[in-house]
Amino acid sequence: MRFLVMVKATKEWDGEAPAAAMGAFNDALARDGVMLAAEGLQPTSKGARISYAGPRPVVTDGPFTETKELVAGFWLVQARTKEELIERYLRCPFERGESIEIRQLFEAEDFPGIELKFAHKGSQTPNARP
Amino acid sequence: MTSSESVRAIEAVWGIESPRLIAALTRVVRDVGLAEDFAQDAFVSALSQWPSEGIPRNPGAWLMSVAKRRAIDYFRRAATAEDKYRLLGHETQAEESEEAIFAALDEDYIADDLLRLMFVACHPVLSVEARVALTLRLLGGLSTTEIARAFLSSEPTIAQRIVRAKRTLAEAHVPFEVPDAGQRMQRLTSVLEVIYLIFNEGYSASNGDDILRPGLSQEALRLGRVLAELAPQESEVHGLVALMELQSSRARARVGPSGEHVLLLEQDRARWDQILIRRGLTALGRAERVGQPLGPYALQAAIAACHARARRAEETDWARIAALYDALAELHPTAVVRLNRAVAVGMAFGPQSGLELVDALLAEPALRSYHLLPSVRGDLLEKLQRFGEARAEFERAAALAHNTRDRDLLLARAARCARA
Repeated sequence: MRFLVMVKATKEWDGEAPAAAMGAFNDALARDGVMLAAEGLQPTSKGARISYAGPRPVVTDGPFTETKELVAGFWLVQARTKEELIERYLRCPFERGESIEIRQLFEAEDFPGIELKFAHKGSQTPNARP
Repeated sequence: MTSSESVRAIEAVWGIESPRLIAALTRVVRDVGLAEDFAQDAFVSALSQWPSEGIPRNPGAWLMSVAKRRAIDYFRRAATAEDKYRLLGHETQAEESEEAIFAALDEDYIADDLLRLMFVACHPVLSVEARVALTLRLLGGLSTTEIARAFLSSEPTIAQRIVRAKRTLAEAHVPFEVPDAGQRMQRLTSVLEVIYLIFNEGYSASNGDDILRPGLSQEALRLGRVLAELAPQESEVHGLVALMELQSSRARARVGPSGEHVLLLEQDRARWDQILIRRGLTALGRAERVGQPLGPYALQAAIAACHARARRAEETDWARIAALYDALAELHPTAVVRLNRAVAVGMAFGPQSGLELVDALLAEPALRSYHLLPSVRGDLLEKLQRFGEARAEFERAAALAHNTRDRDLLLARAARCARA
Protein backbone atom coordinates (compact mmCIF):
# COMPACT_ATOMS: atom_id res chain seq x y z
CA MET A 1 0.00 0.00 0.00
CA ARG A 2 0.99 3.56 -0.53
CA PHE A 3 0.62 6.56 1.73
CA LEU A 4 0.71 10.29 1.29
CA VAL A 5 2.46 11.88 4.23
CA MET A 6 1.73 15.59 4.48
CA VAL A 7 3.83 17.89 6.60
CA LYS A 8 1.88 20.63 8.33
CA ALA A 9 3.83 23.53 9.68
CA THR A 10 2.27 25.85 12.23
CA LYS A 11 3.95 28.94 10.83
CA GLU A 12 4.55 29.89 7.27
CA TRP A 13 7.17 27.71 5.65
CA ASP A 14 10.03 30.10 5.14
CA GLY A 15 12.20 28.08 2.83
CA GLU A 16 14.61 27.24 5.63
CA ALA A 17 16.87 24.38 4.76
CA PRO A 18 15.68 21.24 6.54
CA ALA A 19 17.83 19.93 9.33
CA ALA A 20 20.75 17.70 8.36
CA ALA A 21 19.04 14.91 10.25
CA MET A 22 16.24 15.08 7.68
CA GLY A 23 18.74 14.09 5.00
CA ALA A 24 19.61 10.96 6.96
CA PHE A 25 15.93 10.21 7.49
CA ASN A 26 15.24 10.52 3.76
CA ASP A 27 18.32 8.44 2.94
CA ALA A 28 16.96 5.66 5.13
CA LEU A 29 13.62 5.74 3.28
CA ALA A 30 15.42 5.54 -0.06
CA ARG A 31 17.83 2.88 1.17
CA ASP A 32 14.90 0.70 2.28
CA GLY A 33 13.26 1.16 -1.11
CA VAL A 34 10.05 2.67 0.24
CA MET A 35 10.28 6.31 -0.80
CA LEU A 36 8.42 6.98 -4.04
CA ALA A 37 8.50 10.76 -4.07
CA ALA A 38 9.19 13.63 -1.70
CA GLU A 39 8.92 17.37 -2.19
CA GLY A 40 9.08 20.51 -0.11
CA LEU A 41 6.72 23.35 -0.92
CA GLN A 42 7.51 27.03 -1.41
CA PRO A 43 5.75 29.69 0.74
CA THR A 44 2.01 30.12 0.23
CA SER A 45 2.67 33.70 -0.97
CA LYS A 46 3.66 32.03 -4.24
CA GLY A 47 0.55 29.88 -4.34
CA ALA A 48 -3.14 30.41 -4.96
CA ARG A 49 -6.47 28.90 -4.01
CA ILE A 50 -9.51 28.29 -6.11
CA SER A 51 -12.86 27.87 -4.42
CA TYR A 52 -15.75 26.22 -6.20
CA ALA A 53 -18.41 27.12 -3.62
CA GLY A 54 -20.33 29.64 -5.67
CA PRO A 55 -21.73 29.66 -9.19
CA ARG A 56 -18.26 30.20 -10.59
CA PRO A 57 -14.80 29.41 -9.24
CA VAL A 58 -13.12 32.13 -7.17
CA VAL A 59 -9.34 32.52 -7.29
CA THR A 60 -7.53 33.88 -4.23
CA ASP A 61 -3.80 34.52 -4.36
CA GLY A 62 -1.57 33.53 -1.44
CA PRO A 63 -0.37 33.98 1.22
CA PHE A 64 -2.99 32.01 3.12
CA THR A 65 -2.82 34.07 6.31
CA GLU A 66 -6.06 32.84 7.86
CA THR A 67 -4.98 29.20 7.93
CA LYS A 68 -3.34 27.79 11.05
CA GLU A 69 -1.84 24.69 9.48
CA LEU A 70 -0.06 25.00 6.18
CA VAL A 71 1.09 22.11 4.07
CA ALA A 72 4.84 22.51 3.84
CA GLY A 73 5.76 19.36 1.98
CA PHE A 74 4.88 15.77 1.34
CA TRP A 75 6.20 12.28 0.88
CA LEU A 76 4.75 9.43 -1.10
CA VAL A 77 5.82 6.26 0.65
CA GLN A 78 5.21 2.56 0.22
CA ALA A 79 4.62 0.44 3.31
CA ARG A 80 3.20 -2.96 4.10
CA THR A 81 1.02 -1.67 6.91
CA LYS A 82 0.01 1.62 8.46
CA GLU A 83 1.89 0.49 11.58
CA GLU A 84 5.10 0.19 9.55
CA LEU A 85 4.67 3.69 8.21
CA ILE A 86 4.03 5.09 11.69
CA GLU A 87 7.13 3.31 13.00
CA ARG A 88 9.19 4.89 10.25
CA TYR A 89 7.83 8.37 10.86
CA LEU A 90 8.36 8.21 14.62
CA ARG A 91 12.00 8.62 13.59
CA CYS A 92 11.34 11.73 11.54
CA PRO A 93 13.49 14.53 12.99
CA PHE A 94 10.92 17.34 13.14
CA GLU A 95 11.19 19.49 16.22
CA ARG A 96 9.58 22.86 15.52
CA GLY A 97 5.97 22.03 16.19
CA GLU A 98 5.28 20.47 12.81
CA SER A 99 2.82 17.66 12.51
CA ILE A 100 2.29 15.12 9.79
CA GLU A 101 -0.87 13.63 8.39
CA ILE A 102 -0.77 10.10 7.03
CA ARG A 103 -3.30 9.12 4.38
CA GLN A 104 -3.58 5.89 2.46
CA LEU A 105 -3.94 6.01 -1.33
CA PHE A 106 -6.60 4.12 -3.22
CA GLU A 107 -5.06 1.26 -5.18
CA ALA A 108 -6.40 -0.88 -8.01
CA GLU A 109 -7.53 -3.50 -5.51
CA ASP A 110 -9.56 -0.96 -3.54
CA PHE A 111 -12.10 -0.35 -6.26
CA PRO A 112 -15.23 -2.34 -5.47
CA GLY A 113 -16.90 -4.25 -8.25
CA ILE A 114 -13.63 -4.86 -10.00
CA GLU A 115 -12.59 -8.42 -9.61
CA LEU A 116 -8.89 -8.59 -10.21
CA LYS A 117 -8.59 -11.74 -12.19
CA PHE A 118 -6.14 -12.42 -14.92
CA ALA A 119 -6.16 -15.04 -17.55
CA HIS A 120 -2.49 -15.55 -18.13
CA LYS A 121 0.87 -13.99 -17.72
CA GLY A 122 1.65 -11.03 -19.89
CA SER A 123 -0.56 -9.15 -22.26
CA GLN A 124 -0.89 -8.98 -26.00
CA THR A 125 2.76 -8.21 -26.24
CA PRO A 126 3.60 -10.68 -23.51
CA ASN A 127 6.57 -9.84 -21.42
CA ALA A 128 9.23 -12.28 -22.29
CA ARG A 129 11.24 -13.71 -19.49
CA PRO A 130 14.93 -13.76 -19.78
CA MET B 1 -1.38 1.68 23.55
CA THR B 2 -3.28 -1.56 23.98
CA SER B 3 -1.17 -4.70 24.01
CA SER B 4 -2.37 -5.82 20.56
CA GLU B 5 -1.51 -2.37 19.21
CA SER B 6 1.96 -2.56 20.68
CA VAL B 7 2.47 -6.07 19.30
CA ARG B 8 1.57 -4.76 15.84
CA ALA B 9 3.98 -1.87 16.34
CA ILE B 10 6.74 -4.26 17.39
CA GLU B 11 6.05 -6.46 14.39
CA ALA B 12 6.35 -3.37 12.22
CA VAL B 13 9.73 -2.61 13.79
CA TRP B 14 10.76 -6.18 13.05
CA GLY B 15 9.77 -5.79 9.40
CA ILE B 16 11.90 -2.67 9.12
CA GLU B 17 14.92 -3.74 11.17
CA SER B 18 15.28 -7.51 10.82
CA PRO B 19 17.03 -7.64 7.41
CA ARG B 20 19.86 -5.38 8.56
CA LEU B 21 20.02 -7.13 11.91
CA ILE B 22 20.28 -10.58 10.33
CA ALA B 23 22.74 -9.39 7.69
CA ALA B 24 25.12 -7.91 10.26
CA LEU B 25 24.84 -10.92 12.55
CA THR B 26 25.48 -13.36 9.72
CA ARG B 27 28.80 -11.74 9.01
CA VAL B 28 29.85 -12.37 12.59
CA VAL B 29 28.48 -15.85 13.16
CA ARG B 30 28.86 -17.02 9.55
CA ASP B 31 25.58 -18.89 9.61
CA VAL B 32 22.29 -17.47 8.43
CA GLY B 33 20.23 -19.76 10.65
CA LEU B 34 22.19 -18.86 13.78
CA ALA B 35 22.03 -15.18 12.92
CA GLU B 36 18.28 -15.36 12.52
CA ASP B 37 18.00 -17.15 15.88
CA PHE B 38 19.85 -14.33 17.65
CA ALA B 39 17.74 -11.72 15.91
CA GLN B 40 14.59 -13.65 16.89
CA ASP B 41 15.78 -13.78 20.50
CA ALA B 42 16.09 -10.01 20.47
CA PHE B 43 12.61 -9.74 19.00
CA VAL B 44 11.19 -11.95 21.74
CA SER B 45 12.84 -9.73 24.35
CA ALA B 46 11.27 -6.73 22.69
CA LEU B 47 7.86 -8.37 22.83
CA SER B 48 8.21 -8.90 26.55
CA GLN B 49 9.70 -5.51 27.43
CA TRP B 50 8.38 -2.90 25.03
CA PRO B 51 4.65 -3.17 25.79
CA SER B 52 5.29 -2.05 29.38
CA GLU B 53 8.41 0.10 28.90
CA GLY B 54 7.47 1.63 25.58
CA ILE B 55 9.29 1.31 22.26
CA PRO B 56 12.81 2.73 22.54
CA ARG B 57 13.74 5.80 20.53
CA ASN B 58 16.12 3.83 18.37
CA PRO B 59 14.55 0.36 18.22
CA GLY B 60 17.08 -0.94 15.69
CA ALA B 61 20.01 -0.19 17.97
CA TRP B 62 18.16 -1.73 20.91
CA LEU B 63 17.50 -4.97 19.02
CA MET B 64 21.08 -5.02 17.76
CA SER B 65 22.53 -4.70 21.26
CA VAL B 66 20.33 -7.51 22.62
CA ALA B 67 21.23 -9.74 19.66
CA LYS B 68 24.92 -8.90 20.20
CA ARG B 69 24.69 -10.03 23.82
CA ARG B 70 23.06 -13.28 22.69
CA ALA B 71 25.84 -13.82 20.17
CA ILE B 72 28.53 -13.15 22.77
CA ASP B 73 26.91 -15.55 25.23
CA TYR B 74 26.84 -18.12 22.50
CA PHE B 75 30.51 -17.71 21.72
CA ARG B 76 31.42 -17.96 25.40
CA ARG B 77 29.50 -21.17 25.77
CA ALA B 78 30.96 -22.42 22.54
CA ALA B 79 34.48 -21.65 23.74
CA THR B 80 33.99 -23.85 26.78
CA ALA B 81 32.54 -26.64 24.70
CA GLU B 82 35.23 -26.93 22.11
CA ASP B 83 33.48 -29.54 20.06
CA LYS B 84 30.61 -27.23 19.38
CA TYR B 85 33.08 -24.56 18.57
CA ARG B 86 34.95 -26.58 16.05
CA LEU B 87 31.65 -27.47 14.52
CA LEU B 88 31.26 -23.81 13.66
CA GLY B 89 34.56 -23.86 11.85
CA HIS B 90 35.95 -20.86 13.69
CA GLU B 91 39.60 -20.76 14.52
CA THR B 92 39.65 -17.54 16.47
CA GLN B 93 39.45 -17.29 20.24
CA ALA B 94 36.27 -16.29 21.97
CA GLU B 95 37.68 -12.88 23.03
CA GLU B 96 38.58 -12.04 19.49
CA SER B 97 35.11 -13.04 18.43
CA GLU B 98 33.63 -10.65 20.97
CA GLU B 99 35.67 -7.82 19.63
CA ALA B 100 34.79 -8.80 16.11
CA ILE B 101 31.12 -8.71 17.03
CA PHE B 102 31.28 -5.17 18.32
CA ALA B 103 33.34 -3.99 15.39
CA ALA B 104 31.41 -5.85 12.76
CA LEU B 105 28.02 -4.62 13.81
CA ASP B 106 29.15 -1.12 12.93
CA GLU B 107 26.56 0.69 10.84
CA ASP B 108 29.05 1.34 8.03
CA TYR B 109 29.35 -2.31 7.13
CA ILE B 110 25.69 -3.15 7.05
CA ALA B 111 25.05 -2.14 3.44
CA ASP B 112 27.69 -4.63 2.29
CA ASP B 113 26.23 -7.24 4.60
CA LEU B 114 22.78 -6.82 3.08
CA LEU B 115 24.20 -7.33 -0.38
CA ARG B 116 26.00 -10.48 0.78
CA LEU B 117 22.78 -11.71 2.36
CA MET B 118 20.96 -11.25 -0.95
CA PHE B 119 23.55 -13.31 -2.76
CA VAL B 120 23.39 -16.03 -0.11
CA ALA B 121 19.57 -16.20 -0.03
CA CYS B 122 19.54 -16.56 -3.82
CA HIS B 123 22.41 -19.04 -3.97
CA PRO B 124 22.13 -21.59 -6.82
CA VAL B 125 22.63 -24.43 -4.35
CA LEU B 126 19.01 -23.79 -3.30
CA SER B 127 15.88 -24.62 -5.26
CA VAL B 128 14.12 -21.64 -6.78
CA GLU B 129 11.20 -21.98 -4.34
CA ALA B 130 13.66 -22.00 -1.44
CA ARG B 131 15.41 -18.89 -2.77
CA VAL B 132 12.10 -17.06 -3.02
CA ALA B 133 10.99 -18.05 0.49
CA LEU B 134 14.36 -17.26 2.05
CA THR B 135 14.62 -13.91 0.30
CA LEU B 136 11.17 -12.84 1.49
CA ARG B 137 11.95 -14.06 4.96
CA LEU B 138 15.47 -12.68 5.44
CA LEU B 139 15.45 -9.59 3.23
CA GLY B 140 11.75 -8.81 3.23
CA GLY B 141 11.31 -9.40 6.94
CA LEU B 142 8.09 -11.29 6.16
CA SER B 143 6.81 -13.87 8.61
CA THR B 144 6.28 -17.49 7.57
CA THR B 145 2.54 -16.84 7.86
CA GLU B 146 2.73 -13.90 5.47
CA ILE B 147 4.80 -15.83 2.94
CA ALA B 148 2.43 -18.81 3.11
CA ARG B 149 -0.56 -16.55 2.57
CA ALA B 150 1.08 -14.80 -0.36
CA PHE B 151 1.90 -18.06 -2.10
CA LEU B 152 -1.39 -19.77 -1.21
CA SER B 153 0.64 -22.38 0.57
CA SER B 154 0.49 -23.81 4.07
CA GLU B 155 2.55 -22.43 6.91
CA PRO B 156 4.29 -25.74 7.76
CA THR B 157 5.30 -26.14 4.10
CA ILE B 158 6.95 -22.72 3.99
CA ALA B 159 8.50 -23.12 7.45
CA GLN B 160 10.01 -26.42 6.42
CA ARG B 161 11.24 -24.98 3.15
CA ILE B 162 13.06 -22.22 5.03
CA VAL B 163 14.57 -24.57 7.62
CA ARG B 164 15.80 -26.88 4.88
CA ALA B 165 17.22 -23.98 2.89
CA LYS B 166 19.22 -22.75 5.86
CA ARG B 167 20.52 -26.26 6.48
CA THR B 168 21.52 -26.61 2.83
CA LEU B 169 23.47 -23.36 2.97
CA ALA B 170 25.28 -24.47 6.12
CA GLU B 171 26.08 -27.92 4.75
CA ALA B 172 27.37 -26.49 1.49
CA HIS B 173 29.53 -24.00 3.47
CA VAL B 174 28.25 -21.19 1.31
CA PRO B 175 30.51 -18.26 2.13
CA PHE B 176 28.99 -14.96 3.26
CA GLU B 177 30.43 -12.84 0.51
CA VAL B 178 29.75 -10.96 -2.67
CA PRO B 179 30.92 -13.31 -5.41
CA ASP B 180 34.10 -12.37 -7.26
CA ALA B 181 34.18 -11.08 -10.81
CA GLY B 182 34.22 -14.56 -12.34
CA GLN B 183 30.93 -15.58 -10.74
CA ARG B 184 29.34 -12.25 -10.15
CA MET B 185 27.23 -12.02 -13.30
CA GLN B 186 25.81 -15.50 -12.95
CA ARG B 187 25.05 -15.04 -9.26
CA LEU B 188 23.54 -11.63 -9.86
CA THR B 189 21.30 -13.17 -12.51
CA SER B 190 19.97 -15.53 -9.87
CA VAL B 191 19.21 -12.64 -7.50
CA LEU B 192 17.41 -10.71 -10.24
CA GLU B 193 15.48 -13.82 -11.26
CA VAL B 194 14.22 -14.35 -7.73
CA ILE B 195 13.10 -10.73 -7.41
CA TYR B 196 11.35 -10.81 -10.79
CA LEU B 197 9.69 -14.10 -9.91
CA ILE B 198 8.27 -12.56 -6.73
CA PHE B 199 7.13 -9.57 -8.76
CA ASN B 200 5.36 -11.71 -11.33
CA GLU B 201 3.79 -13.87 -8.67
CA GLY B 202 2.02 -10.75 -7.44
CA TYR B 203 1.50 -9.09 -10.79
CA SER B 204 0.09 -11.88 -12.87
CA ALA B 205 -0.76 -14.49 -10.25
CA SER B 206 0.06 -17.75 -11.93
CA ASN B 207 -1.58 -20.51 -9.98
CA GLY B 208 -5.06 -21.54 -8.99
CA ASP B 209 -7.38 -18.65 -8.62
CA ASP B 210 -5.74 -15.74 -10.34
CA ILE B 211 -6.09 -13.06 -7.76
CA LEU B 212 -3.76 -10.12 -7.93
CA ARG B 213 -1.45 -10.03 -4.95
CA PRO B 214 -0.08 -6.51 -5.11
CA GLY B 215 1.78 -6.93 -1.83
CA LEU B 216 4.23 -9.32 -3.47
CA SER B 217 4.84 -7.04 -6.43
CA GLN B 218 5.43 -4.07 -4.18
CA GLU B 219 7.81 -6.09 -2.04
CA ALA B 220 9.72 -7.20 -5.14
CA LEU B 221 9.95 -3.61 -6.32
CA ARG B 222 11.17 -2.56 -2.90
CA LEU B 223 13.83 -5.29 -2.92
CA GLY B 224 14.87 -4.20 -6.40
CA ARG B 225 15.25 -0.60 -5.27
CA VAL B 226 17.26 -1.72 -2.24
CA LEU B 227 19.52 -3.75 -4.52
CA ALA B 228 19.93 -0.76 -6.85
CA GLU B 229 21.22 1.27 -3.89
CA LEU B 230 23.60 -1.54 -2.89
CA ALA B 231 24.92 -2.34 -6.37
CA PRO B 232 24.52 0.91 -8.36
CA GLN B 233 27.17 -0.10 -10.88
CA GLU B 234 25.12 -3.02 -12.19
CA SER B 235 23.14 -2.00 -15.26
CA GLU B 236 20.77 -4.95 -15.12
CA VAL B 237 19.71 -4.15 -11.55
CA HIS B 238 18.48 -0.76 -12.74
CA GLY B 239 17.01 -2.48 -15.78
CA LEU B 240 14.96 -4.81 -13.61
CA VAL B 241 13.78 -1.99 -11.37
CA ALA B 242 12.78 0.01 -14.45
CA LEU B 243 10.90 -2.97 -15.86
CA MET B 244 9.00 -3.55 -12.62
CA GLU B 245 8.16 0.14 -12.13
CA LEU B 246 6.88 0.41 -15.70
CA GLN B 247 4.84 -2.78 -15.53
CA SER B 248 3.36 -1.71 -12.19
CA SER B 249 2.36 1.62 -13.68
CA ARG B 250 -0.25 -0.19 -15.77
CA ALA B 251 -1.75 -2.27 -12.95
CA ARG B 252 -4.88 -0.14 -12.67
CA ALA B 253 -5.54 -0.22 -16.41
CA ARG B 254 -5.10 -3.95 -16.92
CA VAL B 255 -8.52 -4.95 -15.69
CA GLY B 256 -11.81 -3.76 -17.10
CA PRO B 257 -15.02 -3.02 -15.17
CA SER B 258 -16.26 -6.61 -15.29
CA GLY B 259 -12.88 -8.12 -14.47
CA GLU B 260 -11.74 -8.83 -18.01
CA HIS B 261 -8.13 -8.52 -19.00
CA VAL B 262 -7.60 -5.32 -20.99
CA LEU B 263 -4.94 -5.60 -23.69
CA LEU B 264 -2.09 -3.13 -23.60
CA LEU B 265 -3.15 -1.23 -26.71
CA GLU B 266 -6.73 -0.93 -25.50
CA GLN B 267 -5.90 0.28 -22.02
CA ASP B 268 -7.05 3.68 -20.81
CA ARG B 269 -3.70 5.41 -20.61
CA ALA B 270 -5.10 8.03 -18.25
CA ARG B 271 -5.16 5.25 -15.68
CA TRP B 272 -1.45 4.58 -16.00
CA ASP B 273 0.42 5.69 -12.93
CA GLN B 274 2.62 8.61 -13.94
CA ILE B 275 4.70 8.51 -10.77
CA LEU B 276 5.71 4.92 -11.43
CA ILE B 277 6.34 5.73 -15.10
CA ARG B 278 8.63 8.57 -14.12
CA ARG B 279 10.46 6.31 -11.69
CA GLY B 280 10.74 3.61 -14.34
CA LEU B 281 12.16 5.98 -16.94
CA THR B 282 14.66 7.31 -14.40
CA ALA B 283 15.80 3.78 -13.55
CA LEU B 284 16.10 2.95 -17.25
CA GLY B 285 18.23 6.06 -17.70
CA ARG B 286 20.55 4.77 -14.97
CA ALA B 287 20.76 1.36 -16.63
CA GLU B 288 21.69 3.01 -19.92
CA ARG B 289 24.31 5.22 -18.32
CA VAL B 290 25.96 2.37 -16.44
CA GLY B 291 26.19 -0.23 -19.14
CA GLN B 292 25.94 -0.69 -22.88
CA PRO B 293 24.89 -2.86 -24.59
CA LEU B 294 21.75 -3.35 -22.54
CA GLY B 295 20.99 -6.68 -20.89
CA PRO B 296 17.68 -8.54 -21.12
CA TYR B 297 15.93 -6.72 -18.26
CA ALA B 298 16.99 -3.30 -19.47
CA LEU B 299 15.88 -4.19 -23.00
CA GLN B 300 12.47 -5.26 -21.76
CA ALA B 301 12.28 -2.07 -19.73
CA ALA B 302 13.19 -0.07 -22.83
CA ILE B 303 10.32 -1.76 -24.67
CA ALA B 304 7.93 -1.00 -21.81
CA ALA B 305 9.23 2.59 -21.89
CA CYS B 306 8.24 2.93 -25.56
CA HIS B 307 4.67 2.15 -24.56
CA ALA B 308 4.84 4.40 -21.51
CA ARG B 309 6.05 7.35 -23.60
CA ALA B 310 3.26 7.04 -26.16
CA ARG B 311 0.33 9.15 -25.03
CA ARG B 312 -1.97 7.31 -27.37
CA ALA B 313 -1.61 3.75 -28.67
CA GLU B 314 -1.27 5.08 -32.24
CA GLU B 315 1.79 7.09 -31.24
CA THR B 316 3.74 3.98 -30.26
CA ASP B 317 7.21 3.81 -31.79
CA TRP B 318 6.87 0.27 -33.17
CA ALA B 319 10.04 0.44 -35.26
CA ARG B 320 12.04 1.08 -32.10
CA ILE B 321 10.20 -1.70 -30.27
CA ALA B 322 10.93 -4.09 -33.13
CA ALA B 323 14.63 -3.13 -32.98
CA LEU B 324 14.68 -3.69 -29.21
CA TYR B 325 13.08 -7.11 -29.70
CA ASP B 326 15.77 -7.89 -32.27
CA ALA B 327 18.38 -7.16 -29.60
CA LEU B 328 16.45 -9.17 -27.00
CA ALA B 329 16.08 -12.12 -29.38
CA GLU B 330 19.87 -12.06 -29.86
CA LEU B 331 20.31 -12.59 -26.12
CA HIS B 332 17.29 -14.79 -25.50
CA PRO B 333 15.95 -16.35 -28.67
CA THR B 334 13.01 -17.91 -26.85
CA ALA B 335 9.78 -18.63 -28.65
CA VAL B 336 7.84 -16.02 -26.67
CA VAL B 337 10.40 -13.31 -27.41
CA ARG B 338 10.27 -14.18 -31.11
CA LEU B 339 6.47 -14.08 -31.05
CA ASN B 340 6.58 -10.63 -29.47
CA ARG B 341 9.09 -9.57 -32.07
CA ALA B 342 6.69 -10.73 -34.78
CA VAL B 343 3.91 -8.63 -33.26
CA ALA B 344 6.16 -5.56 -33.15
CA VAL B 345 7.37 -6.10 -36.72
CA GLY B 346 3.76 -6.51 -37.86
CA MET B 347 2.87 -3.18 -36.26
CA ALA B 348 5.97 -1.41 -37.58
CA PHE B 349 6.29 -2.80 -41.10
CA GLY B 350 2.87 -4.23 -41.93
CA PRO B 351 0.97 -7.45 -41.22
CA GLN B 352 2.66 -9.43 -44.01
CA SER B 353 6.13 -8.98 -42.45
CA GLY B 354 4.73 -9.96 -39.08
CA LEU B 355 2.98 -13.01 -40.47
CA GLU B 356 6.17 -14.34 -42.05
CA LEU B 357 7.86 -14.27 -38.64
CA VAL B 358 4.86 -15.87 -36.93
CA ASP B 359 4.71 -18.64 -39.52
CA ALA B 360 8.31 -19.49 -38.73
CA LEU B 361 7.16 -20.21 -35.17
CA LEU B 362 4.35 -22.62 -36.02
CA ALA B 363 6.47 -25.67 -35.37
CA GLU B 364 7.76 -24.39 -32.01
CA PRO B 365 6.97 -26.98 -29.35
CA ALA B 366 7.03 -24.31 -26.63
CA LEU B 367 4.12 -22.50 -28.29
CA ARG B 368 2.04 -25.54 -29.13
CA SER B 369 -0.65 -24.86 -26.55
CA TYR B 370 -0.02 -21.15 -26.20
CA HIS B 371 -3.24 -19.39 -27.19
CA LEU B 372 -1.44 -16.16 -28.09
CA LEU B 373 0.20 -17.79 -31.11
CA PRO B 374 -3.06 -18.41 -33.02
CA SER B 375 -4.46 -15.21 -31.56
CA VAL B 376 -1.58 -13.14 -32.97
CA ARG B 377 -1.73 -15.01 -36.26
CA GLY B 378 -5.50 -14.44 -36.46
CA ASP B 379 -4.98 -10.75 -35.86
CA LEU B 380 -2.43 -10.48 -38.69
CA LEU B 381 -4.57 -12.52 -41.08
CA GLU B 382 -7.58 -10.36 -40.29
CA LYS B 383 -5.56 -7.25 -41.13
CA LEU B 384 -4.60 -8.90 -44.41
CA GLN B 385 -8.33 -9.50 -44.99
CA ARG B 386 -7.82 -13.27 -45.10
CA PHE B 387 -10.95 -13.65 -42.98
CA GLY B 388 -11.53 -17.38 -43.37
CA GLU B 389 -8.06 -18.27 -42.08
CA ALA B 390 -8.30 -15.58 -39.40
CA ARG B 391 -11.55 -17.04 -38.13
CA ALA B 392 -10.02 -20.52 -37.86
CA GLU B 393 -7.07 -19.09 -35.89
CA PHE B 394 -9.30 -17.18 -33.45
CA GLU B 395 -11.34 -20.33 -32.87
CA ARG B 396 -8.18 -22.30 -32.23
CA ALA B 397 -6.98 -19.62 -29.82
CA ALA B 398 -10.34 -19.67 -28.02
CA ALA B 399 -10.03 -23.43 -27.52
CA LEU B 400 -6.61 -22.91 -25.92
CA ALA B 401 -7.52 -19.91 -23.73
CA HIS B 402 -7.60 -20.56 -19.98
CA ASN B 403 -10.03 -17.86 -19.07
CA THR B 404 -13.67 -17.64 -20.09
CA ARG B 405 -13.57 -13.91 -20.73
CA ASP B 406 -10.58 -14.29 -23.05
CA ARG B 407 -12.36 -17.13 -24.77
CA ASP B 408 -15.50 -15.02 -25.29
CA LEU B 409 -13.38 -12.21 -26.69
CA LEU B 410 -11.65 -14.53 -29.16
CA LEU B 411 -14.92 -16.15 -30.23
CA ALA B 412 -16.37 -12.70 -30.83
CA ARG B 413 -13.44 -11.91 -33.12
CA ALA B 414 -13.94 -15.23 -34.92
CA ALA B 415 -17.60 -14.36 -35.44
CA ARG B 416 -16.63 -10.93 -36.76
CA CYS B 417 -14.32 -12.57 -39.32
CA ALA B 418 -17.13 -14.95 -40.31
CA ARG B 419 -19.37 -11.98 -41.10
CA ALA B 420 -16.69 -10.13 -43.06
